[in-house]
Amino acid sequence: MGLAIVLALIVAPEDADQGISQRIFYIHVPIALTAYFCFGLGAWKALLLLWRGDERYDLESYVAIHQGTIFGALTLITGSIWARASWDVWWTWSSNQLVLFLVLFLFYCAYFMLRFSLEDGPRRARSSAVYALFGVVLIPVSFLAIRLAEDFIHPTVFTREGPQMTGTMFVTFCVVWAAVTLLAYVLYRVELAGKRLDADLRELREALG
Amino acid sequence: MTYLGDVAALTRKDLRVELRARDTLPAMLLFVLSTLVVFHFALPGGTGDDAAYGLLWVAIVFTALLGLARAWVPEQEHGVLDGLVLAPCDRSAIWLGKTLATLAFLVAAQAVALPAFVLFFAPLDSTALAGVLLADIGICAVGSLMAAMAAAGRSRELLLPLLVLPLAIPLIVGGVGAAISPEGERYLLFLLLYDGVFAVLSWASFEYVVTE
Repeated sequence: MGLAIVLALIVAPEDADQGISQRIFYIHVPIALTAYFCFGLGAWKALLLLWRGDERYDLESYVAIHQGTIFGALTLITGSIWARASWDVWWTWSSNQLVLFLVLFLFYCAYFMLRFSLEDGPRRARSSAVYALFGVVLIPVSFLAIRLAEDFIHPTVFTREGPQMTGTMFVTFCVVWAAVTLLAYVLYRVELAGKRLDADLRELREALG
Repeated sequence: MTYLGDVAALTRKDLRVELRARDTLPAMLLFVLSTLVVFHFALPGGTGDDAAYGLLWVAIVFTALLGLARAWVPEQEHGVLDGLVLAPCDRSAIWLGKTLATLAFLVAAQAVALPAFVLFFAPLDSTALAGVLLADIGICAVGSLMAAMAAAGRSRELLLPLLVLPLAIPLIVGGVGAAISPEGERYLLFLLLYDGVFAVLSWASFEYVVTE
């Protein structure tokens, strides 16, 4: 799995024939898509928790959202670097995706605040699950809102020719995407295993003490 | 009792508590008026009306947050929520009752604040007013659920704005758009969509938040 990522990183720059700034596209977009995927997974597990009432989904949902937030932060950072390279600014409000990620990042940071301020138990699990569900509904709604806001915040819209992907570029893109998704999945499994171990240990300690 | 009867009874209870205690509404009124005065000094001279509309929305959102922070305090202080959960009514009726009561406070506060805004800053047309009303519904619907969540937490006053503000961003877009855009109807439609989606979601998920 590490090999796949290294391979993707080496393969990717070879195809970047649109200037060096274009290279980050191969990292930035897959990370963003993976973050969406993690948020979606978190919400799906949250829905399962509310539906079936199985406590195991709580941890799975939490870990997925944790991963999503990490990848979301990475998206913001790589997006900012990309903006610096191609538009010469560190931050631009005219990039819908970046603004959306900022909103989502704030939202999911609030998710962690909520989680840490509630006491451990089924009520916390359910409240977090409800909030996670709100998040996944917020994604399209905010996207629409940001598109609408463009009309009055930016009368002149930043138009930029999207890169036309050639065959090899598309392949590279897919390889990196697969690698990042794999990375997210591995991180998800590792963190989940760690958190489960932690919970088991705590239970054992309580049983013994 | 029917569902609507339950909702009406719960809303009436909240309004009566407020009429007797007068905790929330005067605070909201005073807050929104002082915010408008602060804005007069925060806006440099010669700034256009558009900036004032933007700031009006800041005032509206924070006033709503002030009201929402108090929304479940009476229940919390007297342990009413446990009784309500045990009552033989649909739990979502509790949410709807609280939403309507909070909405009533917010609209009452705005009944004073909006004329004051027109007097101090800039006129408001009917589209802008409709935007305010639709955004009020949205923020009260989402906010009363979030306030119920935050009320169980250790630092509820701190938590509530963090939970609500990212969710309120689309409402602010819709509200400001309705006030300043020449084609404000599009924004009203968007606000309507937001209200519908999030009201259904809050209505359906409230039960999970309050039950132990």
